[in-house]
Amino acid sequence: MMLLAAEVAPSFWHGFFFVFFALLTCGFALGVLFSNNIVRMAFYLVLSLGASAGLFFLAGAEFVGAMQLMIYVGGTLVLLIFGVMLTAQSRFISMKTPSGEWVLGVAVGGCLLLLLLSVAFQVKDWRTPRGKGGLSLEDSKTSSQIGMAFTGVRVDKLDQKNEQLAGGMSGYLLPFVIVSVHLLVVLVGAAYMARTKRRATATGAVG
Amino acid sequence: MIALVSVSVSHYLVVGAILFVTGVICMATKRNSLGVLMGVELVLNGANLNFIAFGSSYLRANSLGLDGQLMSLFVIVLAAAEAAVALAIALNFYNNHSTIDVDQASDLKG
Repeated sequence: MMLLAAEVAPSFWHGFFFVFFALLTCGFALGVLFSNNIVRMAFYLVLSLGASAGLFFLAGAEFVGAMQLMIYVGGTLVLLIFGVMLTAQSRFISMKTPSGEWVLGVAVGGCLLLLLLSVAFQVKDWRTPRGKGGLSLEDSKTSSQIGMAFTGVRVDKLDQKNEQLAGGMSGYLLPFVIVSVHLLVVLVGAAYMARTKRRATATGAVG
Repeated sequence: MIALVSVSVSHYLVVGAILFVTGVICMATKRNSLGVLMGVELVLNGANLNFIAFGSSYLRANSLGLDGQLMSLFVIVLAAAEAAVALAIALNFYNNHSTIDVDQASDLKG
């Protein structure tokens, strides 16, 4: 991490890359919003989510950042782009929204944005950046800890002294199994629902 | 310029809020059902960014720790499942009605 390199102005590069990736993320998200062309929207979404993976890396979540790139950008968005390609008739490529809906949507969204921005700077603990010291590069190696937490052992919380809290440190095995089965059921259901229908013949002979 | 000060949780929250609001407006205004799906993806990504920010020990002393990252992994998996089902529904609608305009999906209207 640039933050930890004790040489030339380390926090400068951390802030620099944060601003860089944040501008890319927000800019391409606005591109998704204000573009009318569905193909361009899909492309901007790929770039926005890819840039937000950079923000994940900067926050020290390198495993989640890699998963963001592999699952989101590499899997989910490819699925979305296939959907765009399968439905890309010329009259659906560019669909104009009535300006009245734009005004209403931007007004409501602007109010929501103002609310969220004011909340983001309310808490003192959130807006004070963490100073240097007390952290090492070893702290950011979280991949094996995440793997162990999914199999039911929280190796990062083994020294939990509080008896009441120690019971809750048993990891995420049950949610992991639930989400696995959920993903399987969902994918089977999606494959069943999206299959091409075979036209029923008069004889009813279906292969 | 933020580059001169250190990055805090609030800066991540600002980026997450912008992504969230962009996704909400996207869901509200797009007429193409795949555009609505892209809005959902933006909203989920904004929420994910907040989880990461609160879980990062680089940004805050008493952070959520590993729980933030684990939650964001669950969000990523659920987003993949949601995208698969929503896309299947959109394709099914397109096959049956030959359109993907969400305004045309009024069969259940009373």
